Amino acid sequence: MELSGAEIVIESLKKEKVDLVFGYPGGVVIPTYDVIQRTTGIKHILVRHEQGATHMADGYARATGKPGVVLVSSGPGATNTVTGIATAFMDSIPMIVITGQVPVHLIGNDAFQESDTVGITRPITKHNFLIKETEDIARIIAEAFQIATTGRPGPVLIDLPKDVQVGVAEFCYPERAEIRGYKPKINGHPMQIRKAAEMLTSAKKPVIYVGGGAIIAEASDEIRLLARKLNAPVTTTLMGLGAYPENDPLSLKMLGMHGTWYANTAVMECDLLVCIGARFDDRVTGNLDEFSPNSKKIHIDIDPSSLNKNVRVDLPIVGDVKKVLEQLIPMVERADTNEWLLAIENWKTEHPLTYQNTNTVHEEGMGGNIDNKEDETSIKLPLHAQYAIKKIGEMTNGSALVVTDVGQHQMWAAQWYGFSNPRSMITSGGLGTMGFGLPAAIGAQFAYPDRDVIVFSGDGSIQMNIQEMATAVACQLPIKIILLNNGYLGMVRQWQDLFYDRRYSEVDLRETNPDFVKLAEAYGAVGLRVFKDEDIENAWQDACKIKDRPVLLDMVIAEEENVYPMIPAGAASHEMIEE
Amino acid sequence: MARHTISLVVENQAGVLARISGLFSGRCFNIESIAVGEGAEIGTARMTIVTQGDEMIIEQVIKQLNRLVDVLRVVDLTEDNFINRELALIKVNANQNNRQEIVQIADIFKAKIVDINQKTLMLEATGNEDKIDAIISMVRPFGLKEVARTGRIALARESLSKDSPSPEEPLPSWEKERKKIPADLA
Repeated sequence: MELSGAEIVIESLKKEKVDLVFGYPGGVVIPTYDVIQRTTGIKHILVRHEQGATHMADGYARATGKPGVVLVSSGPGATNTVTGIATAFMDSIPMIVITGQVPVHLIGNDAFQESDTVGITRPITKHNFLIKETEDIARIIAEAFQIATTGRPGPVLIDLPKDVQVGVAEFCYPERAEIRGYKPKINGHPMQIRKAAEMLTSAKKPVIYVGGGAIIAEASDEIRLLARKLNAPVTTTLMGLGAYPENDPLSLKMLGMHGTWYANTAVMECDLLVCIGARFDDRVTGNLDEFSPNSKKIHIDIDPSSLNKNVRVDLPIVGDVKKVLEQLIPMVERADTNEWLLAIENWKTEHPLTYQNTNTVHEEGMGGNIDNKEDETSIKLPLHAQYAIKKIGEMTNGSALVVTDVGQHQMWAAQWYGFSNPRSMITSGGLGTMGFGLPAAIGAQFAYPDRDVIVFSGDGSIQMNIQEMATAVACQLPIKIILLNNGYLGMVRQWQDLFYDRRYSEVDLRETNPDFVKLAEAYGAVGLRVFKDEDIENAWQDACKIKDRPVLLDMVIAEEENVYPMIPAGAASHEMIEE
Repeated sequence: MARHTISLVVENQAGVLARISGLFSGRCFNIESIAVGEGAEIGTARMTIVTQGDEMIIEQVIKQLNRLVDVLRVVDLTEDNFINRELALIKVNANQNNRQEIVQIADIFKAKIVDINQKTLMLEATGNEDKIDAIISMVRPFGLKEVARTGRIALARESLSKDSPSPEEPLPSWEKERKKIPADLA
């Protein structure tokens, strides 16, 4: 059947089971938008900035595991996607970005709205393509999806000139994409796995360190089995939150720069560190020379270039994490870890996560309420971000889809919400992109229309893609935006406080922030303001009653508060600051 | 820091060279020389890169190259037996007084004279880098007008024995280190 290039694009997306595209039209993609206008089976979501489209596709992909699809125009439309593509690249998220391009004969001529999109995005995509012939479209789309979704996933960009969209060709979608240079290794080497099983069973002080790779591989059941069979504690990175239930006694919660004291100490003191789908990032290791000095290390990852990159490991195993664990678990026996677990229990009691108001120190409970005696005066103090997050965690049974922006609120959300399910924490970990939260939440809500989607954001981050409020309202999405509003760029202020003698430079937003409640209402959303800890529950119930538009809860928190614990950059975990 | 010669077979398509050089510059790996041309298989190109770095960096270079979709095969030739060659065209200032001396130097290095006029001579020299470096420094006192060097190209020697692994299908470098794995289990 002969179709136009634009029709082939849409038919190819349907073959890949795509039913949602986030995009923004422009001159060179009008041929494709013309086809979209009369297409059934694929819904197009009109965003308000191309960066929003990329973060929405990203949030959708993180929530479902399916690739998110973006369609934008050339020139500025394409360059506006760079941040979103880099965000997905750093966190290994499957995404297909289709950018329009000027006609082939004009490429390189400095044409109107032309940019070297393939050149600009080369370092931030897993691979990219410039299609020059209409008959190549189907094959390239098949290859793009194959590359984006297999092995270590990542964003793939397809640059599509206008005349290629208009040209006609026979439509024939390949059964399988054949790419001779690309063959990811799935099964682990049996001898390596046997060796790993021996090392695990004979360890006295093991720690299982789980990253985003375990979530991508859908391996949280296997992690559970391994931890319980072995009787070993589990810690996760920011990207691995939810891979292991945090209310389980074996959970050490998050490790790293703002991880728990006991997780970091366990990693320091362990004799065997099993890294599953994580990459020894600098936010986790701190000073490499002093990281986990006395342990043997096993590293299971699908990407060979992650092995021995930062930390020399004793036993690297390349393969899909789920498959490798399936091979490994039958060979593992219960290890002699009772003393180790007892030591860890003591650490948890002596060094829990805490936060302050001036009169009482609040401590985390193990799955319970905050058991503290509050002064009369504490009721008059500002609302606490940590309390709000923990309370919302309890009210949602830890089962909401939590999305965050970037900054102090992100770290508090990671510490206090309580994650037990994979794909429930959607956050920009690798790149740390402010402005990710609101559009990613929109993408996540499209993925799960019936689940609670919560965005924890800050007054700095929310303004970076605030225009997507219009998209959320237009699509009637009941996302709940918890705006932890302290009037500052909190994380930068914290660094200036701790390491630059409180010389605050360009972090004060207090005088110039808009009234966020009025701003939400101007977009047609609902805005509520919360001032006190004990108003949170009612505000949340009110927010949950609204089913057809976003709700923004402007939570006014203390202006200056720091995230603890903290291992300063380049320091070792014994230099952890607790308050 | 050791010098390593890395030979790659890549898809012969637009943008592949840019992707590979971008990989090196983006991750601050250095490229001492890079030579690329059509390869043996249809639609492929062979690239020879000389780079420097310690063991962990070279391991990363090889793995990052392997990760690229357009890269079909990567071999670190450094540890193996390999032949390396370079070609240089050297334009030297030469007049009737010193021309004979330059020709004698060329003869010693088995370089050819490929161009001549009243003021210059162009030499064509092939050999390994040390030989090219040597001939250039011998003719430099006469005045080098222009020099064009290709950079190193290299191929592994084929071994006579039947037991050693075929150089065309090397183990990726991180597996090479785990020499404890017998070849039949790899």
